[in-house]
Amino acid sequence: MSADAKQRMIRRVATEIRGGMTVNLGVGLPTRVIDHVNRDQYVCLHSENGIAGVGPGVAYDSADRNLIDAGGAYVSTQPGIAFFDSAVSFALVRGGRLDLSVLGAFEVAMNGDLANWVIPGRFTPGVGGGMELAQKARRVVIMMTHRDKQGRSKIVRECSLPITAAACVDRIYTDMAVIDIVGGALYLREIAEEVTADEVRAATDAPLQLPDNEIPTF
Amino acid sequence: MSAKQVDIEAAIAAITDGATIMIGGFGIPGTPFCLLDELLRQGQKGLTLIKNDANEDGTGVDRLLTNHQVDRLIVSHIGLNSNAIEMMNRGEIEVELCPQGILAERIRNAGAGLFGFLTDIGIDTTLARDKPRFEIDGRALLLEKSLTADFALVHAARADSLGNLSYAAAAQNFNPLMAMAADHVIVETETLLQPGDLSPEAIHTPAPFVDRLVGLGELTEAYGVRRR
Repeated sequence: MSADAKQRMIRRVATEIRGGMTVNLGVGLPTRVIDHVNRDQYVCLHSENGIAGVGPGVAYDSADRNLIDAGGAYVSTQPGIAFFDSAVSFALVRGGRLDLSVLGAFEVAMNGDLANWVIPGRFTPGVGGGMELAQKARRVVIMMTHRDKQGRSKIVRECSLPITAAACVDRIYTDMAVIDIVGGALYLREIAEEVTADEVRAATDAPLQLPDNEIPTF
Repeated sequence: MSAKQVDIEAAIAAITDGATIMIGGFGIPGTPFCLLDELLRQGQKGLTLIKNDANEDGTGVDRLLTNHQVDRLIVSHIGLNSNAIEMMNRGEIEVELCPQGILAERIRNAGAGLFGFLTDIGIDTTLARDKPRFEIDGRALLLEKSLTADFALVHAARADSLGNLSYAAAAQNFNPLMAMAADHVIVETETLLQPGDLSPEAIHTPAPFVDRLVGLGELTEAYGVRRR
């Protein structure tokens, strides 16, 4: 994924986030959306370690040693920020108060199954809060490269890796496309500049429904 | 000195070989590094540790792992500690991985005097394999058992000498839950105050949950901002 394609994907995901929403940005690429969130209206960013109302990231020199996000990055406060314990933090998630969860992925299946927590024998860090975030947010969107480093599609008919949660993904953002999952099928909604629908189809290892009209670009 | 105040050596000396210990903290904030350093110095072995994470290589819990004091970890993730992952893969430690909110709730549940709860979190995953299943009102659910411990090691920003505790910012995390769930609760505090100095509304953990209280002097480097 080129740096430019990654930046455009990050900015595109940021437009998902609107005033009044409560949002969790997962560890890794999703965290980078934080700097592109439109803050004209109040957005409540949740962090698993017990924060609602996370402010933008801060440099080490001005960091508060007690104020990190769930990925370990130092963050700032903003007016209205709240701190609480980990049980309350996940009551918020399981109780259905998260409007949006943005997560990374190794594989997404056409029925919305998500695999993003373990690659047996190779990547075994533990699930953290991933299962709750995937299973209980009102809307789950994935941001990831369209293909892995070997060039294989990360969008598949069925996940080969152990799943994080079943049928949980609503939308996938990649460096090539925006794809919705509705009723167990994949719908191409947008394509990246300089990418064709045929290229997206060829890079996707599952049936992809194309719209009849012209496809918008991002 | 109040009845709960002890020096750090005496506080940790209560811990025996083979004990199960809850340790507060999520990353650096809230991790009781001084209590962990004393546990390293005293060298109790065969420990089971319950913590959100295994800190980072070379700090906190990782030093106990390297010193072969730990048999078992119950955690939500160990992704920032490559040493812990390697020890797990070599079979030198046993690791139970638990979804983070379920880990928190199992601890809170024990602290509330309960024995378990039903949830659908992880129901379709490999983590559900060994858990008892129930069907309630047509919905498949997993039994999650509560999680107790012999000891909890807790880090507070401020405490009064009775053991009322207040935590800073994101340093709260698992600390107040563990302070309720363990048989014997040992607290280190950055600032030690007299009763009445903490606003009653600012108290996160009330004194009856706390058994031992250690006032910290100057904090070690481990508590500071870590540049990665």
